Amino acid sequence: MSIELKDVTYVYMPKTPYERVALDKVNLTIEEGSFTAIAGHTGSGKSTLVQHLNGLLVPSAGEVLVDGVNLLGKDKAAKIKAWHARQQVGMVFQYAETQLFEETVEKDIAFGPQNQGLDEAEVQERVREAMELVGLSYKDYKDVSPFALSGGQMRRVAIAGVLAMRPKYLVLDEPAAGLDPRGREELMSTIQKLHKKWNLTIVFVSHSMEDIARLADNLLVMQAGKLRAAGTTAEIFADAQLLQETGLEPPQIMQIMQRLQKAGLPVDSSAITPEAGLQSLREVFHVK
Amino acid sequence: MLNNIMIGQYFPGDSFLHRMDARVKILLLLILLIEVFAFTSAPVYLIMTVLTFLMIMISKVPMRMVLRSLKPLWWIILFTFVLHLFSHPGRELYRIWQFVITQEGVEQGALISVRLMLLIILSTLLTFTTSPLKLTDALESLLSPFKRLGLPAHELAMMMTIALRFIPTLISETDKIMKAQQSRGADFVTGSIMSRLKNMVPILVPLFLSAFRRADDLALAMEARCYRGGEGRTRMKEMKLGRLDYVAIGVFALFSAGLGVSYAL
Repeated sequence: MSIELKDVTYVYMPKTPYERVALDKVNLTIEEGSFTAIAGHTGSGKSTLVQHLNGLLVPSAGEVLVDGVNLLGKDKAAKIKAWHARQQVGMVFQYAETQLFEETVEKDIAFGPQNQGLDEAEVQERVREAMELVGLSYKDYKDVSPFALSGGQMRRVAIAGVLAMRPKYLVLDEPAAGLDPRGREELMSTIQKLHKKWNLTIVFVSHSMEDIARLADNLLVMQAGKLRAAGTTAEIFADAQLLQETGLEPPQIMQIMQRLQKAGLPVDSSAITPEAGLQSLREVFHVK
Repeated sequence: MLNNIMIGQYFPGDSFLHRMDARVKILLLLILLIEVFAFTSAPVYLIMTVLTFLMIMISKVPMRMVLRSLKPLWWIILFTFVLHLFSHPGRELYRIWQFVITQEGVEQGALISVRLMLLIILSTLLTFTTSPLKLTDALESLLSPFKRLGLPAHELAMMMTIALRFIPTLISETDKIMKAQQSRGADFVTGSIMSRLKNMVPILVPLFLSAFRRADDLALAMEARCYRGGEGRTRMKEMKLGRLDYVAIGVFALFSAGLGVSYAL
């Protein structure tokens, strides 16, 4: 089971002077159970790409398959199948807290499951579960207005609103943008937990190479609407030329290790997480 | 979903019409529209139509886009035409039960329909060739003589500029919120009118919130840069009449005089 993009092309405002090709024949597969990050310069087509994953944007050419179902159903039966396939992909937008609208946290999170046509008891159960998943206590927060919360908490509520629909795939578009370091750290741990404990397949757009190195297994690099490279995070970060051409920087720890190596220390310059870096330094200095 | 809307439908270009002073364009358009009303006759409308197509060609705006601006008003034009068909007494052409189509009715209906189309196409040509910003600047300048009567020309223009500036922003915001709620299973397309209205709440609440926040931020940013109204304010782009504009005015005056004489004869 996977999400598959086949020759997906997307053109903004076709046949006007503002026409722009945002995606150009993108082919990729996101396997179930994987943690995939998408990186690339601003305007490289990352956000456009992820909006295809649950059919919010319809490709100008090519097709998107979720678990083998084309998201663009032709006849009625295919449309219903496509609708169910789209429900499998939860989507968390940039600054997701701007989508909150209800009077209480509970009501807002319940919006998605209610639209799925679930009964009240089931909805309540899902809200409770989703709130615990993102680390908000159901008892304390369910009757609070979402607009009385801090920015980080509001974003958690928004993510819970998506999780309550129990998607198989979770797409997050720069989920940590604009959060303070602590909020960011908490959110990243939450996402990691969702992946490890709850087996959610995660697609994650980010500008932070540190977050990508720490969390993701696979990395897709976008450049000018094209899929420039795809591979494991270690592979991509090891390709210095690719990073330079696409305007990405390797994670800070990797830069440090590379400089140490240049200075003559026999450290492992392919370490992409602080933990791996520390491990390598320990070995070099024989510290246990 | 909403990204196919064009605001003020400005079509960037570098034609004669694009380079003309916006104030001159507005004034000439006004006079031209008055002439369309004043000289209602078939030959004049024929000349006017030729002139209009000539201007579209000069402006290099694709004909298809100009004609598309007629689309929303298509039904009104058709309705007007049909109404005129039956409402003029005269030589009978065709009879449907009580209603009589007359020769005069057909002529009047055709004239009025052409008049409507001319009005729409000429006005859209102005917005096609003038950026919204230039348009508001021109309005401010044209309205400034009325300041003495207490008309806040600068403030009105500033309000319009800000509104225009934020329409695309709010549209992209709406688009994003709609997509977010659609991802949560919201349905804006099917259902009864009541349920569809109810479904607007998840869009409107976040949209208003963000609009108010943006308004607050903008007010603060303007105040931080010492904005205090139009008094003694200079501009980055001064509006000046060039040779082009005098030529346009001259040609237009000749054209109008010709029309007036030929109509009187």
